[in-house]
Amino acid sequence: MSDPALALDGVSATFGTYTAVRDVSLSVEAGEFVSVVGPTGCGKSTLLNMAAGLLAPGAGGVRVFGEALAGLNRRAGYMFQAESLMPWRTALGNVMAGLSFRGASDAEARALAADWLRRVGLAAFGDRYPHQLSGGMRKRVSLAQVLVLDPDIILMDEPFSALDVQTRQLMENEVLELWNAKRKAVLFITHDLDEAIAMSDRVVILSAGPASRVVGEFRIDLERPRDVAEIRATPRFVELHKAIWDVLRDQVLAGYRQQLARAG
Amino acid sequence: MWRLIKPGRRTLRLWQLVVLVLLFTAWHVLTVPGLLPHFLFSDDNQAAFFFGEPLKIFDRVRHWFFVDADIYRHLGVTLLETVLAFAIGTALGLGTGLWLALSPFAAALLDPYIKAMNAMPRVILAPIFAVWFGLGVASKVALGVTLVFFVVFFNVYQGVKEVSPVILASARMLGASRRQLLRHVYLPSATSWVFSSLHTSVGLAFVGAVVGEYLGSSQGVGYLILQAEGSFDINTVMAGILVLTVFALVLDALVGRVERSLMKWQPQAGESERL
Repeated sequence: MSDPALALDGVSATFGTYTAVRDVSLSVEAGEFVSVVGPTGCGKSTLLNMAAGLLAPGAGGVRVFGEALAGLNRRAGYMFQAESLMPWRTALGNVMAGLSFRGASDAEARALAADWLRRVGLAAFGDRYPHQLSGGMRKRVSLAQVLVLDPDIILMDEPFSALDVQTRQLMENEVLELWNAKRKAVLFITHDLDEAIAMSDRVVILSAGPASRVVGEFRIDLERPRDVAEIRATPRFVELHKAIWDVLRDQVLAGYRQQLARAG
Repeated sequence: MWRLIKPGRRTLRLWQLVVLVLLFTAWHVLTVPGLLPHFLFSDDNQAAFFFGEPLKIFDRVRHWFFVDADIYRHLGVTLLETVLAFAIGTALGLGTGLWLALSPFAAALLDPYIKAMNAMPRVILAPIFAVWFGLGVASKVALGVTLVFFVVFFNVYQGVKEVSPVILASARMLGASRRQLLRHVYLPSATSWVFSSLHTSVGLAFVGAVVGEYLGSSQGVGYLILQAEGSFDINTVMAGILVLTVFALVLDALVGRVERSLMKWQPQAGESERL
């Protein structure tokens, strides 16, 4: 078997005296869509930052297509949870940014970026600044900004958590469609189990923090292509949801208790 | 009729003008000798001596601009000093701000000295600059620069420090080198802070120029005021102040215009999303 696109080998991360994740191993095959779910504050984003090379693991290592990662992960694109567009650039300028940074000519970058804006349905909004776009549109620009670079690995950190339910389902379907066409390795972080099951090939469950670890892993054998809204009604989805929730519930409750204890 | 001039948003300018006219009228009535019985001073002429008379002041301004047309040279000098002080101070502040914000050790090392220099009343440096650079334009520019520099510096420093870490991480993931981060993330982010300080700093550049002239020079509006004051010509002093005030307003409006065109990516206060 070939090397996985992304592999975290027993990584740990400690901030001061707080251990966010301990000894987590996780891999994403090329073309595989893997979701990580877990209660709030369980270090999901920390895992993603280590995969991106933005954070060096305190122990363990990260491999990208078999090679040990040092510094930034150049083969990965990262879609952040918070607003990450440059407010001083137009939508088109934001999508062009990565290409320009990597030395593409202006004309080349412009053509490619315009094409990707069209693909995410924003062809007419290229000259708008981020503050002139709605939240859903900004997320689409972020998506185009990442995908225009054609990364081999796509890291997504709760990218749709700030969107309303309808926009969110639209975006989920769009992402699945785009992913289906290219089949890149995706590591998707979410706290929404429905979203994780509907989109992924595999769902990994993290325990409540501190010192989160992997407590479960489920293969999602639902057929593709999927519609995230429709698939929720299928018996197999319900079955999987129940099985995963049985594992996740304990962790969510544990996380909740800890938060209460901390507050008290 | 009342509907047309009813105070409101539309007629704001009109009412602002009314306030101005009232102010000058009050000034006129209170200072023209013999118009009102004197109640504060012991002599009819004293009010005019201390506060000037608006009509004479306007006449002075008219002479400066249209009859003798001799103020342009002085205004030109003051403007040159202001613009130079503003440009040099801003450039230095921007450069130093970027440098110190991006090298924490240098910032920590220089921190007490920057604080000390900022705390120092810098107008007092004017005589020293006059000794170093002479009585010409250079000494006024130097004074203006010391005033402008710190305002811009502190704003840029703060601006760079407060660049969104997410945008920074995102730009790095998109492949930006250190140089590109500086050019495409830090600089634009700091620019918004520079612009918020621009109105203050253009005003300070102006203060530097005029105060410098006032303390020793051979031309400039500050020099005109100094001359008039030497001969107790209060009308000319007031006329100079009037010209300077209008001049400062024009500069401020210009800055506002540049700001609006360069900062169009920022949401205006109260502007809704145009969708």
